[in-house]
Amino acid sequence: MLATRALSLVGKRAISTSICVRGEHGVAKVDDYALPAYFDRRENPLPDVQFVTELSAVQKSLKEKEKGSWATLSNEEKIALYRISFKQSFAEMNEGTKEWKSVIAGMFFFIGMTGLVVLWQRKFVYGPVPPTFESEWKEKEVQRMLDMRINPVEGFSAKWDYENKEWKK
Amino acid sequence: MSLAKPAMRGLLGKRLRFHLPIAFALSLVAAAAFKYGVTGPRKQAYADFYKQYDTTKEFNNMRDAGVFESVRTTGE
Repeated sequence: MLATRALSLVGKRAISTSICVRGEHGVAKVDDYALPAYFDRRENPLPDVQFVTELSAVQKSLKEKEKGSWATLSNEEKIALYRISFKQSFAEMNEGTKEWKSVIAGMFFFIGMTGLVVLWQRKFVYGPVPPTFESEWKEKEVQRMLDMRINPVEGFSAKWDYENKEWKK
Repeated sequence: MSLAKPAMRGLLGKRLRFHLPIAFALSLVAAAAFKYGVTGPRKQAYADFYKQYDTTKEFNNMRDAGVFESVRTTGE
């Protein structure tokens, strides 16, 4: 019982989108969004409808002239016909905006805000660094690395002069 | 205003014919540069280092510095 009611509802909506007279109900209203639309898109070069829907008298006569030989059309008339069918040319629709300036500005702003947050964290959240960062510890560390001959060929100990006990010039 | 008809076909082929030889040549150059700039000198550096490497002397130096765990320093 419920299913047949639901089916009949679906049937009504399906029929009303195609304008037709149904019993005493008259013509159903067709919403704008349901009709074919015009849009400028690089990947869809020929839209479903013309751009200009209501032609003026001049445009109507131009359309009549278009039905004849195109060699008789002047360049301005050809451009006028183009502008009837299309809103923007490919060059116009593809041109860039100045949006990148806002994007860069936003990027800098948020990076700056993050920097402030990081500074605050260092001061108020994190504890002290380990003792291994102190200068005395680091000196002993370097001495031990040189004693162990860390990377003696091309790296760390290669830069130390063991004879004169100083860094190589 | 009659423009020339733009190229409609063979666009990928044209691009490949232009760019592939360049890409090939550049990769060869990169490989050669790495070989003669990095690996060659590195191998030479290692060869030179070990040509005058006195194992016993270095061992004794390290042992005196006290970095070994299984060998005592001399004089203990």
